[in-house]
Amino acid sequence: MLIICCPVCGVAGDEEEFHYGGEGHIRRPASHDASISDEAQRDYLYIRENPRGLLRERWLHQRGCGKWFHAVRDTVTQEILLVYPITDPPADLEKLEAERAKREAT
Amino acid sequence: MQKYSLFSLLNGALHSHENWKPAWRSPDPKPDYDIAVIGAGGHGLATAYYLAKDHNLTNVVVLEKGWLGGGNTGRNTTIIRSNYLRDDSIAIYELARSLYENLSTDLNFNTMFSPRGLLMLCQTEHDVRAMRRHAYAGRNKGLDVKMLTPAEVKQLVPLLNCSAQARYPVLGALYQPRGGTARHDAIAWGYARGASQRGVDIIQNCAVTGIRREGDKIAGVETERGYIRANKVAIVTAGHAGQVAEMAGLRLPLESLALQACVTEPLKPCLDVVVMANTVHGYISQSDKGELVIGGGSDAYNNYSQRGSFSSIEHTITALVEMFPILARTRMLRQWGGVIDMTGDRSPIISKTDINGLYLNCGWGTGGFKAIPGSGKVFADTIANDRPHPFAEPFGLQRFITGRLIDESIAAAVAH
Repeated sequence: MLIICCPVCGVAGDEEEFHYGGEGHIRRPASHDASISDEAQRDYLYIRENPRGLLRERWLHQRGCGKWFHAVRDTVTQEILLVYPITDPPADLEKLEAERAKREAT
Repeated sequence: MQKYSLFSLLNGALHSHENWKPAWRSPDPKPDYDIAVIGAGGHGLATAYYLAKDHNLTNVVVLEKGWLGGGNTGRNTTIIRSNYLRDDSIAIYELARSLYENLSTDLNFNTMFSPRGLLMLCQTEHDVRAMRRHAYAGRNKGLDVKMLTPAEVKQLVPLLNCSAQARYPVLGALYQPRGGTARHDAIAWGYARGASQRGVDIIQNCAVTGIRREGDKIAGVETERGYIRANKVAIVTAGHAGQVAEMAGLRLPLESLALQACVTEPLKPCLDVVVMANTVHGYISQSDKGELVIGGGSDAYNNYSQRGSFSSIEHTITALVEMFPILARTRMLRQWGGVIDMTGDRSPIISKTDINGLYLNCGWGTGGFKAIPGSGKVFADTIANDRPHPFAEPFGLQRFITGRLIDESIAAAVAH
């Protein structure tokens, strides 16, 4: 069971308190732009990163403050390396990976 | 290779069962094959079997990272049914279900197929309407499915709490009398034996580490035991299909999640049908050993750990105790998880790709086991003829561009 700490209200709770929102930072192609190809629409709707390792994802603190936020989670170990506000740019995964390696080495 | 029969069994008994030979060969990989199948689960092995049997293509290798049938084939709850909503789904799942009927004879291997009947309970008004729609859709395509009244459900499943006071009362059920279960390991072993007998090489403990291309054509696969040239490569790796496809530079419309199951201690025979309750996320059947085999919904978030979340399995057990109060004090023996590959429309991908000679069979999500024979058959045909089998065509990757999805998210709800 995941224990997640909401970066908005600062309260930690188990995953039952939260709702998963899938991959983060997906940008919707401008739907009024006729030049958007079917492939781009497909990528937006269906293609996902699905990594075995670090994933930037969205969570909703459903039974808490009700706010959306981002998290970086390892999909194998389930470790949550970072939580950050919904409006922040994508977290730097290489940096997080390097920091973790350093932590584990010491 | 030995033929299994009553005579061979008696002969074995006379020789203290010391003369049994391995059911399949374990050769060293050759440097060159016509077709390389990545993944020795049910779907991969069935594909190899039908390539050899139906298309006489025997210069085939099946590469497996771990042991044969050790992924989702050995981790599911073995439910077999074909009561889907869409015509395209009904065609392929019913092909699979009908192949299961005679699979033991076909493979000369006891698959323990048990068409004991399968119920999908309706526990809300909405369920009743949705399941009735499924019944009509199925009957329209010639499936043997029908709706049952609560009284008929109670007759088939006396243990079930059918009281009107239940939190989710039983309002009826969609019934498929020839749905049921089979022994999951036997499916993998039977197909492996049949394929091996016909000349297919099965290489276990040999992970694929890369896929080589020459321009837009496939050239072969890098493995832990060296480079293997192949004219055609088929990716059949379920939860890890995304990782393997990435080696060829493909991105797939898949997300990998954990799906859990568990079994109870063995009980006296008490449940002779499969009961699925999609609304409360739980399904249950009794194995020949007497254990109750229990499955539920998949976890909420992407996960490759083959373990799953405690809260998911807790939900499933809560639901089942509500439905079968008599089981409340039954103890659990084992619990496990598998990594499933979910598509957006909850239908599989059986497809050619933009790379010549590279084929995909994945995305079966929570319900791949029931489809193994049909999937193997149409996928083998697709590979052999380098064009989609008519049953496979609607399940191509193209559908995510055209938008012609095969939406089974209602049918699946959670339980497969």
